[in-house]
Amino acid sequence: MGRRVVSSGGEASATASRRASIVGVGETRYAKWGGITEASEYQLAVQSVLAALDDAGLSVDDVDGLASFADDRNEATFLAADLGIPELRYATMSWLPGGGGACAAVSNAATAVETGQAEVVVVYRSLCQGQFRRFGRGPGNAAPKPRPETRPAPRPGVRRARSLLEAHVAFTMPFGMFGPPIAYAMVTKRHMHRFGTTTEQLGAVAVTTRAHAARNPRAIMGERTMTMDDYLASRMVSDPFRLFDCCLESDGACAVVVTTPERAADTRRGGVTILASAQGTLRGFGHGQYSNVSMPDDDYASAGARQVAARLWGRAGVGPGDVDVAEIYDHFTGLVLLSLEDFGFCGRGEGGPFAASGAMSWPDGSIPTNTHGGSLSEAYVHGLNHVVEGVRQLRGDSTCQVEGAQTCLVTSAAGVPTSALVLART
Amino acid sequence: MSASKASKTPQAPQARPGDMRPLAEVPGERPPKPRPAPVPDPEAAQYWAAMGEGRLLVQGCTRCGNRQLYPRQHCLTCRGPVEWVEASGRGTVYSYTVIRQNHQRPFRDWIPYVVALVDLEEGPRIMTNVVGCDPEDVYVGMTVEATRFDVLSDEAGIALFEPVPGFEHRG
Ligand SMILES: [Zn+2]
Repeated sequence: MGRRVVSSGGEASATASRRASIVGVGETRYAKWGGITEASEYQLAVQSVLAALDDAGLSVDDVDGLASFADDRNEATFLAADLGIPELRYATMSWLPGGGGACAAVSNAATAVETGQAEVVVVYRSLCQGQFRRFGRGPGNAAPKPRPETRPAPRPGVRRARSLLEAHVAFTMPFGMFGPPIAYAMVTKRHMHRFGTTTEQLGAVAVTTRAHAARNPRAIMGERTMTMDDYLASRMVSDPFRLFDCCLESDGACAVVVTTPERAADTRRGGVTILASAQGTLRGFGHGQYSNVSMPDDDYASAGARQVAARLWGRAGVGPGDVDVAEIYDHFTGLVLLSLEDFGFCGRGEGGPFAASGAMSWPDGSIPTNTHGGSLSEAYVHGLNHVVEGVRQLRGDSTCQVEGAQTCLVTSAAGVPTSALVLART
Repeated sequence: MSASKASKTPQAPQARPGDMRPLAEVPGERPPKPRPAPVPDPEAAQYWAAMGEGRLLVQGCTRCGNRQLYPRQHCLTCRGPVEWVEASGRGTVYSYTVIRQNHQRPFRDWIPYVVALVDLEEGPRIMTNVVGCDPEDVYVGMTVEATRFDVLSDEAGIALFEPVPGFEHRG
């Protein structure tokens, strides 16, 4: 297939030999929004960490680090206590928001391991939308209580909003911009306007991803097939997004275990090498999520990840033509197309025709994408499940296994401050 | 759902699509809920207050002339000082979406409505609603003007845009 094998030898291998590995993956069961009532979101976080350690053949006694990313309610120091970790030597949360941070959290874990600050770091995410309100609705959806007439006017220079995010939603909430679908509908609409991307091309992402989920027993939508007609018949939420353009709202947790190559060699399953990582926040964001409105057109109608992609491929020593499989963050179909463009699988503006050509399809597409069913059809765990699937592909035990897969791209969310990883079979 | 609501209050001004006017009170029902009001940041207090008085402001850099929104402490191009400049209120639709599902009041009574990004003549891009026309008539590149300023609190208003009279139908 002309795929380049990751080089080893000389200096490169010396560098590679220090690279951290992922040695275990685990998840709880996934269920639709409100479908998990037997355990709290926090308890699921604990369970997913234990599952990942079990997969690695390690125990809690081996763990000395925990890593997560922004908007996590399940704080690492609490988890450490409830897990019984002997000593937590490294605890970190990436600033990158919601969907943008999963790959950055893995990168933080790798950094800890590679610099000797910790030896076994577990990256986790638990998200129960049935127990909390939907993600991404922002604070203060309800109007703040009116100030009593008698209360003095605010002094200049005093921030009254409870958070930066609350101050920011002043620019969105009054207009009924209540969440991510609207923000990314506008990004996708702009892409359609500029490049002629069509509804059916968005549908190709949804239908392809659902077909992958049909083979995955963990996938929430695994038993619900979807044809293009089904897609087109789904109700419009926010033009151009129909219901099936939007990711699931679900309950569940997953985790991955990161450690040194030496420890990895001793574990039951061996390791998958974290070949490279990169993150980036473009200029033109406002004060928080959904606020990329001030970006130049070239950045706005994109995944906002071209610079991240360039750094990532440069560090990894491979390019888009070299990877065998991709797990692309899919909060919305349209942004998958934009990520495929930004990471170089097709040209600028060509994401739609590329997806419609079957390129994302397992097993025959040129770059099988979201082989677990993604956030659209497996579960919405802020994309840490995409890292889990990348590891499965390189261990050879995906339910849509790409034969002989050597390298995998994993991306976090497009359209927000974001991050990405290249994983490689060790 | 909105149809049955409208039939209960035939004279209510919200019956016109794309209008997004505050809802009239209906005896025996919960009082209408207003749009959520901004909680002003120090950087943005004047911006919100001016719209409460019917004026749309942008920031202008006194050193390099850059015009910007969101409001910031300084110019993002040269880090120079900024002052408030009154905008013409004219612009073009950069992108938009027609919202067809929102369970939150008051927006659920306005469905379908348009959330849009508008490129102001002065340069900055802002989020708004395009009102005063059928949501289906909005398109990328449509010329619009800030004609309506809704007061949401004693310290903040918002600018809403309408198509300029005689706007071109897309076909
Ligand atoms: Zn300046």
